[in-house]
Amino acid sequence: MSDEHGVDALHADRVRFTRGRRLIIDDVDCTVPGSSVGALLGPNGAGKSTLLHLVAGVERADAGTARLGVRDLAALRRRDRARVIALAEQEVQDVPGLRVAEVVALGRTPYLGAFAGPGDLDRAVVRRCLEDADLVELADREYDTLSGGERQRVNLARALAQEPELLLLDEPTNHLDVRAQLTMLGLLRELAHGGLTVLAALHDLSLAAGYADHVIVLASGRVVAAGEPRRVLTPGLIRDVWGVEAQVLEHPSTGRPLIAYSEVSGVQAPDRTDDRAAGRTGDRPGARVGERVDEQA
Amino acid sequence: MSTTRAEAGTAGPAGTSGTASPATDAAAPSPARSRTGLRTGAWAVGLGILLVASVVVAVTIGPAGLSPADVWASVLAHLGIGEPTLTPLRDGIVWELRMPRVLAAAAVGAGLALCGAVMQALTRNPLADPYLLGLSSGASVGAVVVIVLGVGLLLPFAAFAGALVALAATLAIANAAGALTPTRTVLAGLAVSSVFGAITSLVIFWSATGDSYREILNWLLGSLAGADWTSVAIAGGAIVLIGAPLLASARTLDAFAFGDTAASALGVHVGRSRALLLVGTALLTGALVAVSGAIGFVGLILPHAVRLLVGSRHRALLPLSALAGAIFLVWADTIARTLFDPRELPVGIVTALVGGPVFAVLMLRNRGLR
Repeated sequence: MSDEHGVDALHADRVRFTRGRRLIIDDVDCTVPGSSVGALLGPNGAGKSTLLHLVAGVERADAGTARLGVRDLAALRRRDRARVIALAEQEVQDVPGLRVAEVVALGRTPYLGAFAGPGDLDRAVVRRCLEDADLVELADREYDTLSGGERQRVNLARALAQEPELLLLDEPTNHLDVRAQLTMLGLLRELAHGGLTVLAALHDLSLAAGYADHVIVLASGRVVAAGEPRRVLTPGLIRDVWGVEAQVLEHPSTGRPLIAYSEVSGVQAPDRTDDRAAGRTGDRPGARVGERVDEQA
Repeated sequence: MSTTRAEAGTAGPAGTSGTASPATDAAAPSPARSRTGLRTGAWAVGLGILLVASVVVAVTIGPAGLSPADVWASVLAHLGIGEPTLTPLRDGIVWELRMPRVLAAAAVGAGLALCGAVMQALTRNPLADPYLLGLSSGASVGAVVVIVLGVGLLLPFAAFAGALVALAATLAIANAAGALTPTRTVLAGLAVSSVFGAITSLVIFWSATGDSYREILNWLLGSLAGADWTSVAIAGGAIVLIGAPLLASARTLDAFAFGDTAASALGVHVGRSRALLLVGTALLTGALVAVSGAIGFVGLILPHAVRLLVGSRHRALLPLSALAGAIFLVWADTIARTLFDPRELPVGIVTALVGGPVFAVLMLRNRGLR
């Protein structure tokens, strides 16, 4: 349940969520081992963001539980939960008038009372998070003037200022150039080695394979495969879930899996618009994945 | 975490090297923070002094040739500290006529600016203001109806009910038309305030015995001409009772800056907080409108002006907006009652002369508004 350092793993157990009459998350079971980087993969509309929101308690699941170690996350008070879980969204919206240091200080919200100002400890945490996200030079800049990549780092630093045990990130590499993407994921891996459990929704399979300890593949609201990247990200799964032909190579220097796409699969690219309806009859893309790789049970 | 960071510089696959260097003395308070704190404090003291001076000077302005010293003497005498030095007539002008009016203006201005700042944060709409979203017109209807029915005691409560109905109507109309965007909200507010303004006029016209046009103008554009110590008590009491919890919500309002999801992930009870705070602004608006009628744009102008000075953090923004709103309305009302002396201009005309252009500038500055 917890790793050798006593860091609790995240367990989702039969989590189900409907919005309106659409089933978005369908009996999801998944685990992210403590102090590791988990990557949440899947095509657009697979339910990645929703699953993150459910774990973060932003949305309430219709059924199932999410636990950190033995703690039922839904049973925690909202404020207490915000001290355990942080969510960094991908944001490009303008937020006028706030400086970077002030945005990061928002992460202290769950620790502050109504009237008392931030104390020395809070300031120290904010400062450390600015350093961790390499933002010290930008601390006095207005958030609105930052590039997409810089904003992503600010969002990360704000989440870190919550001093969470579990860090959730929604596409943290969007809007980033290659260097910034590698920096971001390298940072997440360092944080994980330092004792933080990370779950990030990602689009880039090679990037996920290169940095994540554990991947969870979601299609149409269901987990279709989970486990070590090397074992999960197979050409067959990529074809079934994303509808593209790909070869999985070995990275010449890191030895990590490297996904080389060739073309869109000719037959039956997964229909993303009504795959939920199809899903009820079992004819969903993910359902065709023969062997469910799941080594967490 | 700092240690992790230090190792990372060498071990990380894409180490962001060079960041760990000035890092380690993290306990030292950030100079940026204390600077903003100091600046906020300086502005608070400055605006506080300016407010007191404005009140004293505004009381002297007008026929009767009073001096600030006369005002002080009268105030001290009434507080039981000094001996009365003014003639009863001049003392009456200070204490019975002008002082309550100026103080009511200060309280109403402070409250409206506070409401505007809170609404702008909650609806993430830079154009939010109790007047533009229809709350003030709704409150006017409630107030006028109660006055016609002759149950004056209920005045602030009826105004509150009117404000709440108007707010609910505005948000419901904007929401039914799609997402709650700033433009839709302002348009819905326009529709709601037109209807409630018309109802106010109808009720007054139907019931009036005297100068109904003047009466209508005072409600629709706002006026502090009738302010007495009861008005000060209502507006001031509302500021204390409702303003304090609003000020205490500064942190929550900050958390709304990045949207509902982010606020929720920061531990804020999004739905409940927004509902409570919006009801709070309706309550406060109701009490203010009961005293002054629907004065526009104060809630729009002052929060934006203060943001330019101290940024968007609500711990600084809310109290400074209130102070600035008080000063602004004291002077707007002084202009309104002296410009065409002895005739009075509804104070809303003065605030609209400033507020209209500010509204236009805000639209131009926020090109991304939808």
